[in-house]
Amino acid sequence: MKNRGIWLKIFLLFMLIFNFAIGSEININVEVDKSEAEGQLVNMLITGIDNTTNFKVFKKLGDELQWIELKSIDKLSSKIYIKNDILTSLKVTTYDDNEKVIAEAISEPFITKAQWFNTSRLARFIFLLVTSILILFYIEKAKKKKEIYLRPIAGLKAFEEAVGRATEMGKSVLFIPGIMDLDQVETISGIIILGHVSKMTARYETDLNVPVARSIVMEAGREIVRESYMSEGRPDQFNSDMVHYLTDDQFAYAAGVNGIMLREKPAAVFMQGKFYAESLILAETGNSIGAIQIAGTGSQAQLPFFITACDYTLIGEEFFAASAYLSQDPKLLGSIKGQDMVKAAIMIIIVVGVIFESFGAEFFKKLFEIG
Amino acid sequence: MSFGNIFGAWVSVFLTLAILSYLYKDNPFYKVAEHIYVGVSAAYWGTIAFWNQVWPNLFGRLWPYVDDQSTLSKFNQFWYKIYNGLHWFSHNVFPENGIPGDQQQNLWYIIAFFLGLFMLARLIPSINWLGRWSLAYVVGMAAGLRIYGFMSSNVIAQIHGSLLPLWGESLGTVINNLVLIVGTVTGLFYFFFSVEHKGIFGKISRVGIHFLMISFGASFGFAVMGRISLLIGRFNKLIEYSHKQYGYATLILLVAMVATLLILNLKKTEEVTE
Repeated sequence: MKNRGIWLKIFLLFMLIFNFAIGSEININVEVDKSEAEGQLVNMLITGIDNTTNFKVFKKLGDELQWIELKSIDKLSSKIYIKNDILTSLKVTTYDDNEKVIAEAISEPFITKAQWFNTSRLARFIFLLVTSILILFYIEKAKKKKEIYLRPIAGLKAFEEAVGRATEMGKSVLFIPGIMDLDQVETISGIIILGHVSKMTARYETDLNVPVARSIVMEAGREIVRESYMSEGRPDQFNSDMVHYLTDDQFAYAAGVNGIMLREKPAAVFMQGKFYAESLILAETGNSIGAIQIAGTGSQAQLPFFITACDYTLIGEEFFAASAYLSQDPKLLGSIKGQDMVKAAIMIIIVVGVIFESFGAEFFKKLFEIG
Repeated sequence: MSFGNIFGAWVSVFLTLAILSYLYKDNPFYKVAEHIYVGVSAAYWGTIAFWNQVWPNLFGRLWPYVDDQSTLSKFNQFWYKIYNGLHWFSHNVFPENGIPGDQQQNLWYIIAFFLGLFMLARLIPSINWLGRWSLAYVVGMAAGLRIYGFMSSNVIAQIHGSLLPLWGESLGTVINNLVLIVGTVTGLFYFFFSVEHKGIFGKISRVGIHFLMISFGASFGFAVMGRISLLIGRFNKLIEYSHKQYGYATLILLVAMVATLLILNLKKTEEVTE
């Protein structure tokens, strides 16, 4: 009995030393990541081992005794998602080729919490706040009838000319609001411009054709065209089929619109919205039928095609400013002025930042880092 | 070679040539291909939208599959009674005991469900105004969501990327940095609307538009190269289908289509002359 007790003690001592030896081979550092508003995230770093091997990560919640396997990783750093507000420990084990545990390490217990403020996004918050304040300030100023000058944009001046040309020729106006849904800013802007164009077609009693690629855009388009015809006192001329659905498919839509162009031969084609690879197909067909074409998009990759094949192109910001120009609404004009002030601030920041960078002061650039 | 493969090749060749025939002018072949394309794709996207979006993401979250409805809470038992009614309506769309999949129940999606129903209300003139709520939600949500993304990627990340030193390790780096800084500032100035672009402002703006046009030119060339490779891919298929094993599909269809277009053109010319 006595011998058994000694052997048991020796065995336990051996296990303790062995365990210590295992634990001393690798270390695990766990840092709670406070950059995510939801919490739940820790950055785990394994140290004390040079070569990258396979690790298994386990977690233990609160007073539980059992380790639960979380995942296998093959690198020294990893992001681990765990539940908030529960005391948690992590354990990492490494294995040899025979799946035998070589080493293991256990982290200090930690708790993750949801954050009220994500400090890594402070720069973005301040920028958004300053932008909003500037825009609201100039909107208020514009409302108080302070005149706001906006430089002329050739493409926007041509809107009335294009509709007038279609009226004189007795042909229709084709308006293409892009191929994307209403969750794209370009599509929203395109639909607002459609409202202005449809006012002109209502005024001049010119046919309007708006093929769309998305059902929600069709509904929004119909709504805004109906509104325009009502406001111009021509509800009798409105027909809901003016805005009609073709298909969601990009190139099938392009084929359909091309067919409309070739058959109806509209005198004016407006392409205002979000476009992708179909842009050149549409613009070239419009060019081939001799229509006056006015394009507008924020899609940088499609602008070259529109510039090549269209008579006028609203480039990026010009396209977004179009509704303010066309409506002369003080609220919209004020917002354009406010955005100009933001652009001026950006230019100043860039110039100041370049000077700082040139003299090796990197703190300024770090303010604009996106984590 | 199976009949299916050969038939597929013929259909593929016909549709490709029919679409390309629009380069000549609007003709019956193009009309056929266009209407097939538009019709098939509209039906395809409609089906995809329902089975890949509405069915798993909306119905799947409102009524996820449960083994036994009697084990649910009282509210959920009532909730699944509504589902049982839908199940009676359609066994395929609403299978027994809920929508299979790995979605968790999330009743917030009832809002999305009603917004969808409001869109359908546009079919009933007396309540079609409800559809505006759905549109307002989509537009407002899009604007709110995008402003943060644009602010991060189009503004702050761009500023960060433009803060470069004016001198560097090599002359190339210096020139590169200078081009980037001047291009960004002058390009930005071009989009300054509340100042008349005259005098010094006009000159800065002109430099900006030159930078923009050069970048558009480069982008145009890059995209055209990509399109040419697509065209080559299509021509390779046409060449492949012109072989004997496909029954000379490309050659026969090309000759047939050209002949038909010629005859149609001659007929039209005769009609005009008469």
